This record gives sequence, structure tokens and C-alpha cells, in this order.
Amino acid sequence: MAEVRALVLRAAGVNCDMETQHALELAGAEADRIHVNRLIEDKSLLDRYHILVFPGGFSYGDDVAAGRILANQIVHHLADPIQRFIDDGKLVLGICNGFQVLVKMGVLPGNGAFKQEQVTITYNDSGKFEDRWVHLLPQTDRCVFIEPQRQIYLPVAHGEGKVVTADAATLERLKSEGYVAYKYVGPDGEEGPYPINPNGSVESIAGLTDSTGRVLGLMPHPERFVRRTQHPHWTRLGEDLDPDGIKIFRNAVRYAQENLLQSCSA
Amino acid sequence: MKQWRFEVFNRAGFSDVHGNGVLEDIRELGITTIEAVQSAKVFLIEADFDQAFAHRLAKELLSDPVCEEYYIGRSAAPAGLARATLIEVHLKSGVTDPVAESVTAAISDMGVAGAHVRTARKYVLLGEIRPAQIETIAKRVLANDCIEDVVVGDEAEPPSPHLKPYELRITHWPIRDLDDGGLEALSKQRDLFLNLTEMKAIQAYFRRLEREPTDVELESLAQTWSEHCVHKTLRSAVEMTIDGQAKRFDNLLKETVFKATKDLDKDWCISVFADNAGVVEFDEESAVCFKVETHNHPSALDPYGGAATGIGGVIRDPMGTGMGARPIANTDIFCFGEPDKSLDQIPKGVLHPRRIMKGVVAGVRDYGNRMGIPTVNGAIYFDDRYLGNPLVYCGNIGLMDKDKAFKHPQSGNLIVVVGGRTGRDGIHGATFSSGQMTHEHETVFSHAVQIGNAITEKKMLDVLVQANEAGLYEAITDCGAGGLSSAVGEMGAELGAEVDLDTVPLKYTGLSYTEIWISEAQERMVLAVKPENREAILRIFESENVEATVIGRFTNDRKLRLRYHGQQVAELDMDFLHNGVPKYSRQAIWTTPALSEPVTADKDHYNDELLGILSSYNVASKEWVIRQYDHEVQGGSVVKPLVGVVNDGPGDAAVIQPKLTSSRGLAISCGMNPLYGDIDPYWMALAGIDEAVRNLICVGGRFDRIALLDNFCWGNCTNPRTLGTLVRAAQACYDGAMAYGAPFISGKDSLNNEFACEDGTTICIPATLLISAMSIVDDVEKCVTMDAKKPGNLLFVVGRTSNELGGSHCYKLRSQLGANVPRLDLELAPQIARKIAQAIADGLVASCHDCSEGGLAVALAEMAFAGGLGIEADLHGLPTSKDCTRLDGQLFSESNSRYVIEVEPRHYDAFARLMLNLPFGQIGKVTAGSRLVIRSREGRNVVDAEIDILKQAWQKTLDW
Repeated sequence: MAEVRALVLRAAGVNCDMETQHALELAGAEADRIHVNRLIEDKSLLDRYHILVFPGGFSYGDDVAAGRILANQIVHHLADPIQRFIDDGKLVLGICNGFQVLVKMGVLPGNGAFKQEQVTITYNDSGKFEDRWVHLLPQTDRCVFIEPQRQIYLPVAHGEGKVVTADAATLERLKSEGYVAYKYVGPDGEEGPYPINPNGSVESIAGLTDSTGRVLGLMPHPERFVRRTQHPHWTRLGEDLDPDGIKIFRNAVRYAQENLLQSCSA
Repeated sequence: MKQWRFEVFNRAGFSDVHGNGVLEDIRELGITTIEAVQSAKVFLIEADFDQAFAHRLAKELLSDPVCEEYYIGRSAAPAGLARATLIEVHLKSGVTDPVAESVTAAISDMGVAGAHVRTARKYVLLGEIRPAQIETIAKRVLANDCIEDVVVGDEAEPPSPHLKPYELRITHWPIRDLDDGGLEALSKQRDLFLNLTEMKAIQAYFRRLEREPTDVELESLAQTWSEHCVHKTLRSAVEMTIDGQAKRFDNLLKETVFKATKDLDKDWCISVFADNAGVVEFDEESAVCFKVETHNHPSALDPYGGAATGIGGVIRDPMGTGMGARPIANTDIFCFGEPDKSLDQIPKGVLHPRRIMKGVVAGVRDYGNRMGIPTVNGAIYFDDRYLGNPLVYCGNIGLMDKDKAFKHPQSGNLIVVVGGRTGRDGIHGATFSSGQMTHEHETVFSHAVQIGNAITEKKMLDVLVQANEAGLYEAITDCGAGGLSSAVGEMGAELGAEVDLDTVPLKYTGLSYTEIWISEAQERMVLAVKPENREAILRIFESENVEATVIGRFTNDRKLRLRYHGQQVAELDMDFLHNGVPKYSRQAIWTTPALSEPVTADKDHYNDELLGILSSYNVASKEWVIRQYDHEVQGGSVVKPLVGVVNDGPGDAAVIQPKLTSSRGLAISCGMNPLYGDIDPYWMALAGIDEAVRNLICVGGRFDRIALLDNFCWGNCTNPRTLGTLVRAAQACYDGAMAYGAPFISGKDSLNNEFACEDGTTICIPATLLISAMSIVDDVEKCVTMDAKKPGNLLFVVGRTSNELGGSHCYKLRSQLGANVPRLDLELAPQIARKIAQAIADGLVASCHDCSEGGLAVALAEMAFAGGLGIEADLHGLPTSKDCTRLDGQLFSESNSRYVIEVEPRHYDAFARLMLNLPFGQIGKVTAGSRLVIRSREGRNVVDAEIDILKQAWQKTLDW
């Protein structure tokens, strides 16, 4: 059977590319780490892949604002091929800095439904970078990466992860139209203050999807929980502990297997 | 070209996180009249574009469309409010401005090339304020004199950044005819930090050559011979007197720390004390290397920048070890003054310890996180003797192919410098860090602070990994202290080298040939490249926008030749440069201090002592710091720094799985206890080794694969008494390494950690030896953490508790020192560690915690609240020495080689059989309750407290 192929996009300061590649491989995909310069030189490279992943890190040092410089570079050099990639029914995943890039490119929640002036990601209320584990509850049933209703546990590690909207109406639409992918919740599934909501995101938003459900951006790191021993207190838990992060990648690979394997040129 | 000014403010309704942070810091200064602070980003951009493009730029690039708004030009103070004071902070000309570099590239992406960008921060302070307070706020909160200029008010522009081009003028510093006074004066005037003996050796050399040295020749010698680079003190001969008995060392280091490594001769040590980091075997294919450095003096002047370049610098050590390793973990250990001082308790020229701590943590955080390297292990110690001279230890571990642990530069290889550009930053860093700090250092040595840019280093690393795999270079080393001078000098020591200094890429014009050669600008590495690989290597670096430049070549005449536009500016013999430094003989004295042990009667209960120790700065939770570091990036995390049922208990050591497809792990720990050194540095050093080993054992590290690193931070060792304490510690290093069969693989020393106050007094740091350690974990699935796991499980203590409260936290709480410092039983300690490692490997251990600062009571409290379970303990089962009869001794003595171990009842027999013949005893069990109860041998509850109360005490102290 042909393999699902994933492109993990590298750029200056991106630093979660290797473990993201590993997670994709564990989930059954063939994954390559490709520098953004190579993609700009040869835009047709993208045609060979089914899944495009913007991994975590500090692209261009998060200078000016997290994800801004890389988003600017992509908007000016790769906007069309990436739009075509999405229009072709393929999958895009942005993790942490990759989520910030997708929002700052206007791809999330975007894709025609929102303007860039309506949603952004800004500094944590705490004013500092923090690494901690959070519970996440899915809010949508159209996102192909997500198993609806199933609460998961993943780490966040960021200083700029607070999702904000320009106005209440935008927020209402994000919620009512299923753009909110995940919310931060307590172990009991209820929303709560810091540190349950680690950054002060409005309505505890942890991730967004687009109108197609084939683009997902989230602040938490699914690639950091693909093995039992990555759980922060795995030494207290049984051997049947099933890592939550790997499922997001498996869902993507399964979707691509079922829907995309004929649509690739290479 | 027009200069555009953009100001970017937070939109009303969105919180100004930076402004609020500044306001909080101002209030901490005791200034209460400021009601609010608005912060803004300022961009000064010179480029050819029109008003319409300026708006596009502001809207699409410089500001956030949702939560920020921009202003083109200079905004006035907000009207209708309280009095507003405008303060702008600009980088001094020449200081690296990474944001500006990114913005320049982004503007070019938008179609306008060649923009010249500068950035600044603007603050609007609302509220009544006096000019003197403005100055205090600017100095203490907003800006750092070393690297930034402050502009108050709304009229003045910062000085122009445009520098005059450099015109070559070869300068000689005549030395041949100077007398002793003249030699010393020359060394002092030029900040060479060379003593008279060294100056005389240099004088004799140039008399032989029958010419005067150029400035760059003297600077090269000063750098290569600096304490920082050659460790003159530790390698010198020492005449030691120990309590009146004489002992001579021909080379202190070779006869202590190195000797243990040599005598142990482990076959898994691949390259030790030879390269930038010590290399040991990891598995069949791979090796790991570990290096720990200090960056103390720069962090005292500029905590943020100093610490950032500290971590940035030590990361380049593994990157420059062998053919280059890929960094996989950071460690950081800091020593500060206690942070609750009022400003008038702080000597002139010293930053407040709270500001130093915040800045240092932020510096390590921002650099380490941006590099994508998990910061997995560390510690923080507080003592007011670190007030003028904080210690910042940064460590890095790298992974490499086992067959790439050595480099082979050859004659004819090109010298290629890659990464960042060279600027005026960090001039004299190596020599500056080798001297004593004074209240004037802030102004005199501002140029010695380097400025880091993590992304430049990350980009360089990304390409180096590829160039290494492709075999495009023959040798690599980092440009650390001493800059190109050290890097090229060392790599070409056996060959000879010639360098065209005018080819080195510069951040800005105006640098003299000497500045180019000795600059310690960050993020640079030097490679030796075969001429036939020249095009390929330049291409691969260019493909990811990293600069790579051929600046010279290695020769075969063992001479160092420097040219500038074809004119020779230096010619030194490599042999004199590297071996010409005179050997010394130093005096050292150790006299056992006459100390006494306090006499106290037993009390009814010890809840207060336990709460006091838990909330003391050294023991208290460091979660505020730990969470700011990304400790999970790279996906290899197994045992995190915080463990337990709600992820907030103090893990003993970190475990990572460096290869994502292999379950083999690496355990990483440290040990240090400066308080014991006040009684005897010998036992202090052994306690440090024992603590580092215990921590590794507790998580499941192998007993037979422990590698150690030493980092000595001491005061002025020309004082025989200070050197005497160092010799004691070095002797302990030998004894400890031999006892444990754990070789030292790398080390570093930082001497002269003293601060000369304005009033003539000196604050000397306590003798501070950091022991870092790592070991192999065969299978990470077998790792153990310290949190209590299950009600009904049995608790054991292995190891003997003695009457050893000297230097303990219990005594510190009572402002006592004591005399009975914890000693180490060199035979028993390794037996215990080996058996516990065995018990963990056999799967008999549910949790294991090292008994250290605060003793048994603190260890039990930590296990209980980390596990969210109660513990009932009975001192009746505690194995003690005969003289350990006092309750405070049994509860809080910090005797070495002790472990608290939780065992499921079904494993009782197997565990007890394994521990047979060791001092061990069952002291209690884990309960489903919520209290820690410790009963005396008479059956009285001497500690009885809710675990939530204990945890709160432990957490609140540093919950910033």
C-alpha cells in the first residue's frame, strides 16, 4: 500500500521538528523535515505530501511576535501553494509555534470565514513562558485530527499562547460554528482559572480548526506524549497507559489513508 | 533615506503584560506613586518606501491586528491623565539587535530590500515621580547600563549608530626596555591581567626576537595565558600545609581530579579532560559528552545577557567536541544572595539579588528554550556571600556517533568561521573573568558582556549537524572565551595558522584588527576544511542563511601569523603561545577550625523546625524557575524535574531518553553544599559527590556507569588559606571518585570570585564545588520517582544517621554552624548505592528519595506531599550511630549515603535479603491519610502535620 507522506516544515528557530517527525512515523506516516527555503525554491515539493506540519519552536526567535516573521515569509512566498494544498483536501497541523504561524498567516480560523483582524494569539497572562501539563476537552466534531468528546492530557510549553478575539461576536461565532478545537479544562472536565487555563485564553481556547476541519492548530504538544514514559507521573500509573498525543497523528494518518492516497502526484 | 519611526502600543482592553511587569518591579523598589505603566515597542527604520507602504508595514508586520495599535512618528504622552513620564530604552550602538535583523529580513520578504532597522522600548509612567526616582527606575528596572542607553522625555534621539570605518594603524606596545614597575603598569593599563612573572617571560621572548610586540600579540598571549583559559592555579605546584604537616603537589589537578580518572581507567571513557567536553560511551553506536561552565562575572553585571550567553556558550562546547555533538540537555545551578534584602543592604555596584535571580532565570530560559534543548536538572543556593558575586553554572550534554569523538585538523586545511558576525562585544571577557570584581566593574568592563542570539546559534547547529553527516570538515571547535584567538590558536597548536583578519565578517565597521581577533562575540564556531570541500561547505551553510567564511589556513610551521589587508600584524610561535606560560609554585594552608557543637535539649515536637526548613530558600520548591524552562522539548523526557501525583514534587535526578527509538536512558544530577565547606571543604566535596551519586541511584541510574564533573568556584587563591580549602576539596575529589569508581570526565574552575566594596572590604564567596553527574539507565521503563505511591507500602531507610548536624539546614535556621559536618564512609557508601541500584533494577522499589538537605524529616515530608499520601514513621527503626541520640539529630542530621525507600509488602523479603549486612531499617508506612506523623523512639509524636500545610510552606517561599 502507498504510504501517507508528511512534510514537517523547518525554519530558523523551529525546534520540535525531530520529535514531530518521530510521532508521524510512529503513527504510520513517512515524514520528511524540509527547510522553508527548499519549499520556496521548489513549490512543487508540497505536491508530494498529504500532511503539512508546522512544528513547535521559536521561528525567527519569535521576534516582533510569536510566529509573525515566519508567517510573513510564508504569506509572501508560499501563500498560493499552501491554499491549494488545503483546497485539495489535504491536512495541515500547527503545533504551538506552528499554531501561532497559522493564525498569523490568517489560515486559522480563516480560510475565508474570518478576517485576520478578528483572532490572534498573544502573551500569556502570567507574563512568562511556562511548561506544564493540561487537560483538553474537544469542542468540535468536524476536525479530522480529533476524537470528539474524548478528554486528553498534553503538555503546553509557551509564553505566547493566549487566544483572543477582537470582539464578542467573533468569539460567539468561533464557538457556535465549531471552530474551537479544544478547551483547557480541569481533570473533571470543567473550565477553570490559571493554571487550568495556563495562559488566560478567552473561553479557555487551546486550539482552533477551520471550516473544513482539515486544519488544526493547538498550543499543547501532542508529539510530546507518544510514549507512556513521557507522562509526568507515569511511575504512578499502569502499564496500559495509552498516550494521548499519538492519537492525533494516527487520526490524521488514517484520514489520509482513507481519503488522500490517490490524490498525490508522486 | 528617510527614517521612519513606528510605535506599537497595546490596544485598550488588552492587558499590557510587559507594562504590568514593570509596574510590579517598580513597586518592589518601594516607589508607590506610579499608578500605571504603558509599554510600547519602537521601530526606527531607514529605507525607501512611501506612506502607504509604511502603513502596510505597521499593520501587517510590526503590530498585531487584534490586540495592538500603531503610531507612525512620535506619539505624545496620553492626555487627560496623571502626569506622564516618557522613558525610552535603546541598545547602545554596536550591541546585537536580533529583532532588528528579523524585521530587516521580513521587510525584504515584503519587497523592500536593504532596510536599516533599530528597535527600542518605550515606557509611559503615569503618576507623580521625582527625577531621582526616574533614574532609579531606569537603572534598576528598565535598562542595563552595560548594553543600553536610556532617553528620558520626548525630545532626544539616541546617538547615531553609524560608525567610522577603521583605518589600519599597526600599534606596538614596547616591552623590551621596561623595568618591573613598567611591566606591571603595562599589564594594568591594557587590562591584560598578567602578573610580573608572566610579563617577564613575554619580555624575554621579545628580547630574543629582537623586536617589540604588537598590541595583538600581547593580547593573544594575555588571553591564552588567562586563568580562565589555562587554569594556572589548579595546574600549578602547591606546597600545602595541613594542620602543620607539609605535602607537595607538582601539579594539583593531575595529582587529584585527573589522577582518579587515570587510576580508574574505565574503558567506557572515550575522551576525558582533552576536548571541550568529556566524552563517554552511551551505547554501541553513540557517545554522550557533558560540560559545565560558569558565567559569573558577566551575570553580575548583566544578569539576563550574562546568563543567556553562559548557556549559549556551554552549548557550543558539546557542539565543538570531537567532530561535534548534538545538544540534548541543559543543566543550570545558581548561587545568589538571599532575595529579601532591602536596597540599602546592597553594596554599591551590585544589583539586587532578586533582580539578578529574575534576570538570570530569564536569560537561561530564553536562550535554552529557543535552542530547543530541554533544561532538565538544576539547583539554586542562597547565601549572602554571593551578593556581590553570584554564581551561574550552565551545563550541556550532547550526543554523537562514537566514531566521531576526535578531530583531525591538517596542514593545508582552510580555517572557516561560521555562525554569527564579529563585533565589539565581549572584548576582554576571558581576562576580565579571571580578576576580582569591584564596585567600578560596571562601568569599566561593560564591553566584556557578550550579547547572545539563540536563533543564530540554532541555525548554525542545524547546518553543522548536516555538514558533519556529510563529512565536510576535519575539525571543529567553538569560539568561546578568547574568541578567534583561542579557537584558531588551539586548533592550530600543533600545526601553525595564518589568518587574514580583514576577511572576518563584522557586525559593523570600525573594529581594529586586535578587536577582531579577541572579540568574544557569540554564536561562532571554527572549522578546519579541506580545500576540495570549500564550495560544498559554503553552499550548505548558505542554503539555510548561515554565514560561513574562509578566513585563513592551517600551516605546518607552528607559527601563528595574523594579517590585515596583506600586512602582517602578528607572528608568534605556537609553542610559546601554548607552553610559554611560567609554572608556579604556590603556598596553601589548611588549619582545621576550632568549632564547637551546640548543646540543646530535646523538645516536645519539631513541626516548627520542619516547616522552617521546608520554607527556607535552599530547600523551598523551585517550581517558579523550573516551569519557565522547557524541560520536554526533543521528546526524550522520562523523569521530569517535577514529579508526583500533581506534578509538583522535587525529583531527585532527571532521566532522558536521547534516542527516540531506544529505551536506553541517561540520568543527570548534581550535588553541592557550600555550608559544609565552612567546616571542612574536604567533607563538603565528598558530600557533593555522594549527593550527586545518590540522586542518580534514586531514579534508576546504573551504579557502574557514573561519570562526574567538577566545577570549582573559589575566592582569591593567591591567599594561601583560600588555596588550602581548594586543595582539601580537590583531595576529596580523588577519594570520592575512587570510592565510587566514578571518574571525573571534565571540569572547570573559576577563581577570584570576590567583590571589592567601595569601603575597602571584600566579600568572598564560600568555597563552592559543584559536582555534576550522569549515568546510564538500561531501560527507562524501570525508572523510579520519589513520590509516595500507595497506602500500605512499607518505608525503609538505608544508610546510617549520625550525629552530624554541622552545616545543616536545621542549624542554619538557628543561626548556628556546628562542628560535626557529615562525613562519608568511603567503603560503605558505594556498597549501599550498588545495592539500591540492584533493588531498583529488580523492580523491588516503588519510590526512592535521597535524604539530603533538611535530613530525614524533610525527605519524608517531600515524599508524602509529592504523592498526596500520608506517612507514619517511627524513629525506632532508624539505623543510627551510637552518638545520634538527640531528636534533632535523628530528624534533621544530613548524614550522607542515606535513602528512603518505599517497598510493596509483597517485595519485603526480597528487598530485606538484598539489604542484609547494610545499615537499614523499616521506619514506617505510607497511609491513605493526609498527615505526616513521626514518632520518637519513646513513641511520642514529634512531628505531626497535615501534608497540605507542609507543602504550602515548601511552595510559598519562591512562588513569585
